[in-house]
Amino acid sequence: MAAFFQQVVAGLATGAIYAALALALVLIHRATGVINFAQGELAMFTTYIAWTLTANHGWSYWPAFVATLLFAFVLGLGIQRIVIRPIERGPILTTVIITIGLVLVFNGAAGWIWSAEVRAFPSPFPNDTWNVGGVAISVQDVGTIAIVLGMVVLLWAFFQFTKVGLALRASALNPDASRLVGVRVGWMLAIGWGLAALLGAVAGMLAAPTIFLDPNMMQAILIYSFAAAVLGGIDSPLGAVVGGMILGVGLNLIGAYVDFVGADLRLPVALLIILVVLLVRPAGLLGHAVTRRV
Amino acid sequence: MNRRPPIGPAVFVVAVAAVMLLPRFISDFRAQEFAYVGIYFIALLGLNVLTGYTGQISLGHGAFMLIGGYTTAILMSNEEPPLKLAGHLFTNDMRDIWTIPIAGLVAGIVGFLFGFPALRLTGLYLALATFAIAVAAPAVVKRFEHFSGGGGGIQLFDLETRTQSTSITDPVTFESKELGVEVFLGINIPSFNDWLYYLCWTIALVMFAGVWLLVRGRFGRSLRAVRDSELAAASSGVNLARYKTFAFGISAFYAGVAGSLLAIATTFVNPDTFPITLSIFLLVGVVVGGLGSLWPLVFGAIFIQFLPLWAQSISKSPGAPAVVYGVVLILVMLALPQGAAGLVRRIVALTTRGYDRVR
Repeated sequence: MAAFFQQVVAGLATGAIYAALALALVLIHRATGVINFAQGELAMFTTYIAWTLTANHGWSYWPAFVATLLFAFVLGLGIQRIVIRPIERGPILTTVIITIGLVLVFNGAAGWIWSAEVRAFPSPFPNDTWNVGGVAISVQDVGTIAIVLGMVVLLWAFFQFTKVGLALRASALNPDASRLVGVRVGWMLAIGWGLAALLGAVAGMLAAPTIFLDPNMMQAILIYSFAAAVLGGIDSPLGAVVGGMILGVGLNLIGAYVDFVGADLRLPVALLIILVVLLVRPAGLLGHAVTRRV
Repeated sequence: MNRRPPIGPAVFVVAVAAVMLLPRFISDFRAQEFAYVGIYFIALLGLNVLTGYTGQISLGHGAFMLIGGYTTAILMSNEEPPLKLAGHLFTNDMRDIWTIPIAGLVAGIVGFLFGFPALRLTGLYLALATFAIAVAAPAVVKRFEHFSGGGGGIQLFDLETRTQSTSITDPVTFESKELGVEVFLGINIPSFNDWLYYLCWTIALVMFAGVWLLVRGRFGRSLRAVRDSELAAASSGVNLARYKTFAFGISAFYAGVAGSLLAIATTFVNPDTFPITLSIFLLVGVVVGGLGSLWPLVFGAIFIQFLPLWAQSISKSPGAPAVVYGVVLILVMLALPQGAAGLVRRIVALTTRGYDRVR
């Protein structure tokens, strides 16, 4: 039983990382209907920034962490203003293709600047375990979960209690009406991209100590996060977090207890399970079903 | 009254002539590359029926190509006595060609069946579902090793015969012939690559005509109605379920044929022949060509075949080609949000303005 709980806690930690990136996808999708394929590569790229600051410039972890979040925010904001905004009124698929272009750019740039070599990334937490009733819980896992949940609470408070947060919600809900009451919708979308990139940076920096840093590190995580966001309901921020956690724990348990699945089939099996869930609940677990009789 | 000159048929005749004559002016190696363009063109035509005309996003067409490719590979690599049909003894080459429509049918049936659960999903949920198929397919293939050769894959041709290049199959008469001396519609076909080129483009042109006939009439109108408004389509008597599943089936049929040709072109299949990125770049090709367009998709096919090669020729340092590719892709999308078809429409509007004024 202790082993089971250990698997659950470890699953929650990976699930927290999926949740952070899934939340980033949901933020952008709610505002613009676009799925940002570059979210994972942005996260990877910003994680490299954190690595450069700590390894090459001698910064300690937390200042580098905060500086990276700021960098990520500005990067996301800039991308929206420069390449996404000009084709806002074009077909949504065109924007999606642009995000695929961004994937290539950032993946290539990371390899170009820092080489494709696999690197170790520092963790802010000690490599210890706590013993809770016979269950060994890694501090790293608990720290990861705590940081992500902290970010989610902060973000929730930001959306709920600040004027900018209100404007963001309003422009996602009804851009035209928001514009009429004086909300600068264009900038709100840019801020949304900035926040999404910031969340991605958190996910990247939390994932890097365990999976190591390389230009392709976020690709599998992006697929899982996409799946988590859809599982929870692509328009529901709470759904993204819940979906991420469910997916993290579920994958860990499947990997540990179902021999048939193994490493090769983990991803397909996870996706097939999600497919079945979607066929039963087409709007995701916590999404609002759009009622129609057609 | 429509006073426009008959541009369409004229362009088609010129295009067929250009396709037929092209190998005379390019090297053997280029002929192979253009054969790949033909293969992608077929796949893009199919994907466009689903995504461009019916409005259903698929991120999983690589999986249907995989089904087609493996169907051909398994049928071709089986060492069986020659097939006897209606008193005729067919050679092995004959059967090789006939694996192409079979591969298309197998993929088409799978796509048609997949269309039923897909009816419940729209937009991004469908995109994820199809993406799941594309992700799962290579892993599943690896798992069923005795059938698919596992990670090592299947060799399609007896390698020795091919490298010695003793005989090929005429794409029209299906007869086995000696290489280097044969004439096909007045054109010399000296090598495997040229044969491949004519095979791919003959099929591509036929399938282009097929999809053109399909989408110009009532059927295409119904598909577009489903795309533009499901509610309006349904209330005008369009059976949503029927049209969506058919669109899936046709689209998968095209992908299956393309996959079969891809297998023949690469002469072997393994799970890496059909990676997840293939599915994604097919979508890129459709958008670059133009959603809901037909012949401008050639530009999409050229784009996904040649841009990576061109980017690699610019810089050899690791990562740089990807940056070049990505930047060009973004710039193209910013300049032409409607794809090549949008540009063509603008040019046609400029050159035929006078006729429109008369009308």
